[in-house]
Amino acid sequence: MDLANPTRFMSFSGRLLPWLGGACALAFAAGLYLTFFVAPDDYQQGATVKIMFLHVPAAWLAMMCYSIMAISALGTLVWKHPLADVSARAAAPIGAAFTFLSLVTGSLWGKPMWGTYWVWDARLTSVLVLFVMYLGLIALWRTMEDPIRAGKAAAVLTLVGAVNLPIIKFSVDWWNTLHQPASVMRLDGPTIHPTILWPLLTMALAFTLLFLVMHLMAMRNEILRRRLRTLQLGAAGTRVAAARPQAAE
Amino acid sequence: MTGLLDLGPHAGFIFACYAITLATVAGLFAWLAADRKALTAALAKLEADGVRRRSNTPASGERG
Repeated sequence: MDLANPTRFMSFSGRLLPWLGGACALAFAAGLYLTFFVAPDDYQQGATVKIMFLHVPAAWLAMMCYSIMAISALGTLVWKHPLADVSARAAAPIGAAFTFLSLVTGSLWGKPMWGTYWVWDARLTSVLVLFVMYLGLIALWRTMEDPIRAGKAAAVLTLVGAVNLPIIKFSVDWWNTLHQPASVMRLDGPTIHPTILWPLLTMALAFTLLFLVMHLMAMRNEILRRRLRTLQLGAAGTRVAAARPQAAE
Repeated sequence: MTGLLDLGPHAGFIFACYAITLATVAGLFAWLAADRKALTAALAKLEADGVRRRSNTPASGERG
């Protein structure tokens, strides 16, 4: 199926969305049940470990969303794929929301556990930079009226900003940070007990499905926005052409 | 095992996190739905005024 064609993409995504939405609802039901009724308290964090079931998936998605935008930016600049810029532009507000959630939930976990809402350590600061990057990209897309020009400029800025992704990932290894090192995605396997790991992975799946649902919805809106702009420009051109002979008379 | 209403001394922080997450996700869905409604209405108005996409005009439609 040629999904590069926006019309075919609209048809395909319209059929896919209800299934994705159902799977997302089921995954959240299972994840929240495991979170509140199965997962035990952590021996150090107590019940605040339940914040991790939101914080960790939000942080993963904040980075995954930017990675998708970076791949889309390559699609815009290198392959000139018609849906690449649509995908990147649609992902930006969702990525900003997940980054915001990762910062806020991390901060609300930090107060009872670290004794402070915020420290300027490398992990927290690099995620804050990611949030600012998202806001900057949204502003850039909104500033330029021509979506093709805006898409190219945003693609360049997105690729420049992608250098922040490895900094976020490895900040806890490269510098001494208050933020703990990776405990799930490690070469020697997760260091979390399965009774907490499985609820966490279920919530991560639910959040990933949520992202896919919202991304598809936002992409469909963006395609409609571009159709509307094309029609409005076409209608304006027709009006100008129709007015010309009268002006000449 | 900790029940839903027995979240220890930091329950306020836990509830705040879930409430903010719910509000943010609900806000995103509301924005997406409102955006779609506005775009669909604008497109319908243009079509009602006789403005059509090239692919929807009879001549190009016959070419498939």
